[in-house]
Amino acid sequence: MSPVIHPYTAAPALLTQAQERLEAPQIEWVALSPTLIVLGAAAIGILVEAFAPQRGRYLTQLLLSVLGIAAAFAAVVGLAASGYATTRAEIAGMGSIAVDGPTLFLQGVLLLVGLVSLFLFAERRLEPAEHGRAVDSFTAQAAAVPGGPAEREAVKAGRTTTEIFPLLLFALGGMLIFPAANDLLVLFIALEVFSLPLYLLCALARRRRLLSQEAAVKYFLLGAFASAFLLFGIALLYGYAGTLDYAGIADVVAGSPAALDAGLASTMGNDVYLLIGGALLMMGLLFKVGAVPFHMWTPDVYQGAPTPVTGFMAAATKVAAFGALLRLLYVVLPGMRWDWEPVLWGVAIASMVAGAVIAITQTDVKRLLAYSSIAHAGFILTGVLAVSEDGVSSVLFYLAAYSFVTLGAFAVVTLVRDAGGEATHLSKWAGLGRRSPLLAGVFSLFLLAFAGIPLTSGFTGKFAVFRAAAESGAIGLVIVGVLASAVAAFFYIRVIVLMFFSDPQESGPSVVIPSPMTTSVVGLAAVVTLVLGIAPQYFLDLAQQAAVFAFR
Amino acid sequence: MESLIGLLLAPPLLGAAVLLLGGRRLDRVGHWIGTALAATSFAVAVVLFADLLGRDAGDRTLTQHLYSWIPVGGFQADIAFRLDQLSMTFVLLITSVGTLIHLYSVGYMEHDERRRRFFGYLNLFLAAMLLLVLADNYLLLYVGWEGVGLASFLLIGFWQHKPSAATAAKKAFVVNRVGDIGLAIAILVMFTTFGTFAFGEVLPAAAEGGATETTMTLIGLMLLLAACGKSAQVPLQSWLGDAMEGPTPVSALIHAATMVTAGVYLIVRSGAIFEAAPDAQTAVIVVGAVTLIFGAIVGCAKDDIKKALAGSTMSQIGYMMLAAGLGPIGFVFAIMHLVTHGFFKAGLFLGAGSVMHGMNDEVDMRRYGGLRRYMPVTFVTFGLGYLAIIGFPYLSGFFSKDEIIYAAFGRGGAQGWILGGVTLLGAGLTAYYMTRIMILTFFGEKRWQPDAAGNEPHPHESPRTMTIPMIVLAVGSVFAGFLFNLNHAFVDWLSPVTGIAEGDSPVSHLTVSIAATTVMLIGVAIAWLQYGRRPVPDHAPTGRWVTRAARRDLLQDDFNHAAFVLPGNYLTRGLVYVDHKLVDGVVNGTAAAFGGLSGRLRRVQNGYARSYAVSMFGGAALLIAVTLLMRAV
Repeated sequence: MSPVIHPYTAAPALLTQAQERLEAPQIEWVALSPTLIVLGAAAIGILVEAFAPQRGRYLTQLLLSVLGIAAAFAAVVGLAASGYATTRAEIAGMGSIAVDGPTLFLQGVLLLVGLVSLFLFAERRLEPAEHGRAVDSFTAQAAAVPGGPAEREAVKAGRTTTEIFPLLLFALGGMLIFPAANDLLVLFIALEVFSLPLYLLCALARRRRLLSQEAAVKYFLLGAFASAFLLFGIALLYGYAGTLDYAGIADVVAGSPAALDAGLASTMGNDVYLLIGGALLMMGLLFKVGAVPFHMWTPDVYQGAPTPVTGFMAAATKVAAFGALLRLLYVVLPGMRWDWEPVLWGVAIASMVAGAVIAITQTDVKRLLAYSSIAHAGFILTGVLAVSEDGVSSVLFYLAAYSFVTLGAFAVVTLVRDAGGEATHLSKWAGLGRRSPLLAGVFSLFLLAFAGIPLTSGFTGKFAVFRAAAESGAIGLVIVGVLASAVAAFFYIRVIVLMFFSDPQESGPSVVIPSPMTTSVVGLAAVVTLVLGIAPQYFLDLAQQAAVFAFR
Repeated sequence: MESLIGLLLAPPLLGAAVLLLGGRRLDRVGHWIGTALAATSFAVAVVLFADLLGRDAGDRTLTQHLYSWIPVGGFQADIAFRLDQLSMTFVLLITSVGTLIHLYSVGYMEHDERRRRFFGYLNLFLAAMLLLVLADNYLLLYVGWEGVGLASFLLIGFWQHKPSAATAAKKAFVVNRVGDIGLAIAILVMFTTFGTFAFGEVLPAAAEGGATETTMTLIGLMLLLAACGKSAQVPLQSWLGDAMEGPTPVSALIHAATMVTAGVYLIVRSGAIFEAAPDAQTAVIVVGAVTLIFGAIVGCAKDDIKKALAGSTMSQIGYMMLAAGLGPIGFVFAIMHLVTHGFFKAGLFLGAGSVMHGMNDEVDMRRYGGLRRYMPVTFVTFGLGYLAIIGFPYLSGFFSKDEIIYAAFGRGGAQGWILGGVTLLGAGLTAYYMTRIMILTFFGEKRWQPDAAGNEPHPHESPRTMTIPMIVLAVGSVFAGFLFNLNHAFVDWLSPVTGIAEGDSPVSHLTVSIAATTVMLIGVAIAWLQYGRRPVPDHAPTGRWVTRAARRDLLQDDFNHAAFVLPGNYLTRGLVYVDHKLVDGVVNGTAAAFGGLSGRLRRVQNGYARSYAVSMFGGAALLIAVTLLMRAV
């Protein structure tokens, strides 16, 4: 094996040598096809923005995105059918991307979530038409000052921000890479690729633009802060292992280091670098999943962002980030399990308890769902902490179940409106069950799924993660989890009581009849919630088969 | 063929979903959709029955495994069906009587504007009941068990604008809850003992002595508690009489023919468990014997035709329960009586419904009289059902009841004589109260009175949709017993599943038949002397204390009130006191603590990005510190 070249210490002569030996990277087009299709569609979407006439953009973008995501999903199914998830796995892209069971399962879930979110993004029947044109939940012109003359002009001219479609696709592309990343640099790049579009999307609300922009800035600042920590952790780990490759680092952690790099002699194999680097890396990922104490951005951003974006973010980011966290902990750092386990125990317990407790006093539906997502991050961490194949499969299942419930819940939130746009204050939801029993009934179903009531997907997921954790001896965690679930059930059911047993307000909100797109999103989410609760066996088996990480 | 089993359940399930979610646009056809789907289910049942008959007696168990519900770790809850002779018998009874009663309801509920919903509930009931008898494990059975409970609750309270109906529904619900807890406990104990829910594993394990007798007795008693709740047996019998507030087709289908027999099914299905727990078995017999007499006495005193029939149902199920408690001597005959009873009792209830339909919904028999000339079809079909239930020779009740009496003697020794005596006495009481109903309703002079709105009754024969089911059921009541006994057909059919044993009877079959017929004739004669020869007062005479007690359901509600409600009230009052003084402090403290904590934690969320960043920084520092610390220690 040739020595690793370190740019700061290498002699010029060595550099030329290295350049001579440089070969064109080998790309496994087929194995990487889902990601490539999505990113390709995103790139075409940018071209559409640049060259297509304003009038036709919406439809073109919508069709392009649907086709792109559907094709990528077909590619995932094809890969899984050809045995990638079960019998063989591949480390593609020069060892930087793992195409294995968890990757394909999560990519499949992410693509479905992306497709469903796309329909919410494209919904144009909720907002009252402006100047005779149907508009969506996104601002007419993002660059205009809120309430200023430029904005009025843009609205008058009927501009719409069709950039949301390529942005969604770019974010989705990054998310597809994130759980597959098998190299710390790729991990970081994927993180940025999906984060940056999300920051932008958060700022694009049509109503309450200042709140939306504030949310975006906060998200961006804190996200950049977290990225810096993550990057610092990557640097420290590189110093420790002399490589960025997951398998290579795992080897060093396990005590069989590769050849010592002269340039890193002072740090290589020094456990302090491993511990600090590992902790910082975990922190970066915990920020993305919104676990305590890195959760502070969640409520503000969830509340401020346009609701379709919140739904997408809440569902997809969690899937991608937990995928990456699983791979990091199970592939890179199993050797330091005894070091990260207690820390994550603390984080899981804090998330479950803080999420459930703070949610009790929330008065805004979106903030309530934000705190609920924090609590759920804790529940999912419980499954992660099982450190077993059952743990992986239960987390995979939980993520799939949770993402659909979340999307459904946020889709319902977009429908309850009054003159000022979405009526997210809980007091306005009083008596909703009497006015629109069907909608309130479906929302109750989602709330019951969040609470983990049997015959909903939430119960199956919780049962699976708690069972996996209990079997690997984490009884304490499970007890806290069950108690936190009980506290959480209180505020979920309180909303149901509010909807069905309180008298409606005089000037309460009304439920808007959406286009078939949102209707189908809500319906699909409800069906998935019920099917995964009543007959989950097929999907549990799928998650079980997909639960093995490729190592090398 | 296995894959057809799921198809039994699918039509009514689909019907329930379509009718309940379909909305008003289905109002005009909903009842026919429901009836057609019930009939489809019956057709599938017939196909499966033909298939089973074509197989060897030992090879008549079909199973269909649909999927496992949450198969994680060692927990295995299968959604799987098991069709053997026992469940096939039930399936045929449920779907045939069910279809007939759907048809009957088309006419009976014609003027009800919520008819579509009614049929939705009926279909829901069919689906749940089929699930109950087809389940291949106790957990799935429990799902069906709760499902029929739900359907029963919804249907008893169907006319929810009447406070009495709403209260009756609630009463049925609460009393059934007590029984359901028994089933839940039994299943939990079973799972902890055997590690599985499946019939195919629990029952053999029980038969091979896989658990101590104490455990088996506990399971058995809990199953009995469940059966008492569902089948209205003493001490959980009090809900059945009030349940007659529901529409009459419901009383016929759910509270006479099918659901209330689920308890008998449970006991027979769990036969191996009771064989391993003699004490529990004795308890079953005692419950059956007591209820048999209890229900009959109540039936003798009621003036409300449906409540009198309800008392009779209770008593007849007591017969079945007693037979089921006898073990293999009685299993087959319990089920046989269950089937014949399903036919004649459903027919009797439909007849009662037909009478009420013609009499402005009057239920007091003292205001009937002389109806045989006005409602000839109802009179004949009701009369055939009457002859069947009192055990008139060669009608269906004669065969099944005599077999139970014979099996009761077969218990042997003093117990045999006591049980035989009780069952014979029951036969006499049955003849008495049924004759009373018959005479009060169809014979004598008219005692009709205008209803509350002042409308004079104009009794008339019911429409075709109602009479056809009554005729079919009457034919069944007449011939079923005879057909079952032809070449021991029923015994040979069922015994491979339930087992069969010859009892140790001190008397012969013939003696039993003669004794039963004699007792029956005595009962009829007394009733005729009391009601046929003398004019019937249109208000009940005060009567002796027994009659008065029987009219009040032998003081069951007073007993429940004294035994449970009053102490319960005192207990609650005491608890409230403790609660105010002690628990409230803790609870409110906790709530306040959580609320306060929530409020305080909330304040950290101040909206400033800088403080969020600080908290992240602190979190990161903490993370690193703990990681390093864990390595250090």
